Amino acid sequence: MTMKWRGWVLATGALAISALAQAAPPSPAMLSNACAGCHGTNGGSYGPTMPSLANQSKEAIEVAMKKFKSGERSGSIMGRLAKGYSDAEITAMAEFFSKQKLHPTTQTLDKAKIAKGASLQEANCGRCHIEDGKEGKDDTPAMASQWLPYMQMQMADYLSGKRKMPEKMKEKVDPMSKEDLDALLHFYASVK
Amino acid sequence: MTLDRRSFLKLVGASAAGLPLIGRAAELMPKSGKRVVVIGGGYGGTIAAKYIRMADKSIEVVMIERNDHFVSCPFSNLYIGGVITDLNTLTIKYDKLAANHGVKVVQAEVTAIDPVAKVVTTSKGTITYDRLVVSPGIDFRLDEMKGYDAAAMEKMPHAWKAGPQTVLLRKQLVDMKDGGTVVMTVPLAPYRCPPGPYERASMIAHYLKKNKPKSKIVVLDGNPDITSKGPLFKKGWKDNYEGIIDYRPAKKVTEVDAKAMAVMVEGLEEVKGDVINVIPPQRAGQIAVAAGLVGDDKNWCPVNATTFESTKQAGIHVIGDACVAGAMPKSGYSANSEAKICATNVVALLNGKETTELSGINTCYSYITDKDAISVAGVYTVKEGKIIAVPNSGGVSPADFSATKIEAIYAESWLKNILTEMST
Ligand SMILES: Cc1cc2nc3c(=O)[nH]c(=O)nc-3n(C[C@H](O)[C@H](O)[C@H](O)COP(=O)(O)OP(=O)(O)OC[C@H]3O[C@@H](n4cnc5c(N)ncnc54)[C@H](O)[C@@H]3O)c2cc1C
Repeated sequence: MTMKWRGWVLATGALAISALAQAAPPSPAMLSNACAGCHGTNGGSYGPTMPSLANQSKEAIEVAMKKFKSGERSGSIMGRLAKGYSDAEITAMAEFFSKQKLHPTTQTLDKAKIAKGASLQEANCGRCHIEDGKEGKDDTPAMASQWLPYMQMQMADYLSGKRKMPEKMKEKVDPMSKEDLDALLHFYASVK
Repeated sequence: MTLDRRSFLKLVGASAAGLPLIGRAAELMPKSGKRVVVIGGGYGGTIAAKYIRMADKSIEVVMIERNDHFVSCPFSNLYIGGVITDLNTLTIKYDKLAANHGVKVVQAEVTAIDPVAKVVTTSKGTITYDRLVVSPGIDFRLDEMKGYDAAAMEKMPHAWKAGPQTVLLRKQLVDMKDGGTVVMTVPLAPYRCPPGPYERASMIAHYLKKNKPKSKIVVLDGNPDITSKGPLFKKGWKDNYEGIIDYRPAKKVTEVDAKAMAVMVEGLEEVKGDVINVIPPQRAGQIAVAAGLVGDDKNWCPVNATTFESTKQAGIHVIGDACVAGAMPKSGYSANSEAKICATNVVALLNGKETTELSGINTCYSYITDKDAISVAGVYTVKEGKIIAVPNSGGVSPADFSATKIEAIYAESWLKNILTEMST
């Protein structure tokens, strides 16, 4: 026993030398992993009201984060968090998540609505939400396999004016019925 | 420095009967390549184990946890308030963590750490390591709460570690007569989860308002004021629980009398209750104290702000509630974030690579009613060797409660994602 305790005392004296070494600035993974507590490991979300970020378009994440940061887009905590990052850090995180594999979600969806959405999507949304929503043109977000409750909340914000729709989207959305819009969201949620 | 065996065992909390008298217990799993041992399978430990394996499959990771499952403290206040009725949704197992990432999970009690030989002693045998990650959560400073022994805990639950204690407190509330008084004591900060006691008071008040309207809850807070989200809790209580929550700041409880169902403020003023929830003062989990990882305050473990390596013992990293993480609060989300930062740097150190500076997050929701929640969020960085909040970022929910409904919804996804991260 005595031996052991002497050992402990010695160890206490020997401070970690590595602690003094220089460290590299936060890497894309270091920055992005901190988000995963809410958005899932590598950005694959299991929480129906929090979007998956995995495989999201880089530009879409950048634009979203910058709008959260400026306050143009409201989000309960995202504004407060986005203010903690420089534009370069935002780009690094956006790039990290855009490189992750698509996260297929398992959700209970209405088959009839999926079919209706499928028939509407190409003509109405397909110019920007390309490849069945697996990709987005420029900063258009990918929506394939995204959580339906999350998308429904976003759509409600668009319709109430809380979130501003891009002009082209507004032109298409304005004449559509709520049922059609919901069918479209069901369709995108179903894409794997 | 000599210490006889009996006091050594007392120090590490092991029973003398459980260990051989001379020499060391048998080696449980001989080490071949690089190995990290993780102590604790809670908010910090699971994530450290998983992210080390995600970063480098050549490193063997052994996670030692005393239980075969883990019950989340986050959301346990909702169970106490009857908003959720089942602890299963707060419970995780380790089988998928093992299967998906090859983490070797050992169910055992860690009774000692030898930082020189790099060996941990467990109830099942010894395990050697190249680096050790310690995330044991908290234990109680019972010497500062006279009379609060194991028997008293069964009469006046703390419910500050989720599980049977949570169930007990809930049952006592359900069994209490209408018109009864609930007493809750809050220790001086720092303690696990700064807003936790106030969320709990809210949830208990929510239950009383609905089911036992003649009852009330007295909160005896050792702190001069509410320690987190203060103005928001005060507004929430005024809007919802006027006459139900009797909040009394600067009332440090130092003694309990389980027989009389009473607590003593500073050993002077006696307060009686029909249900008493004693949240005692806290410190790092006992194993961290025993291993000499705590600092001058004898309570919490100082660490390097980049690697979370202990400044007391080389080769040992401390994360979660047990460590001193500067501006990062003692929360589950902080533990999750710290675990990833630590994992990245443990892998770098083992491979002789450059370490990476910290970037961390905390997000924490507290429920006021079953449908209203408030939040605090922060982004963290390192400045001059200290973890600080990034200036002009973070903060709490809007003061006008315009976001409480949506935050209650987001909080559910928070729980789903963080528990899934820990268990898959
Ligand atoms: C009522 C309440 C509500 C809370 N709500 C929130 C919230 O909403 N959001 C939030 O972010 N945080 C919340 N927290 C805080 C959160 O629970 C803690 O911060 C978090 O659990 C810390 O993680 P940890 O890894 O340090 O410890 P833990 O999660 O407690 O894990 C420690 C593990 O180590 C094991 N262990 C300890 N010693 C040994 C040993 N010697 N041998 C083997 N195993 C051992 C324990 O069994 C345990 O499983 C809350 C806490 C409470 C009490």
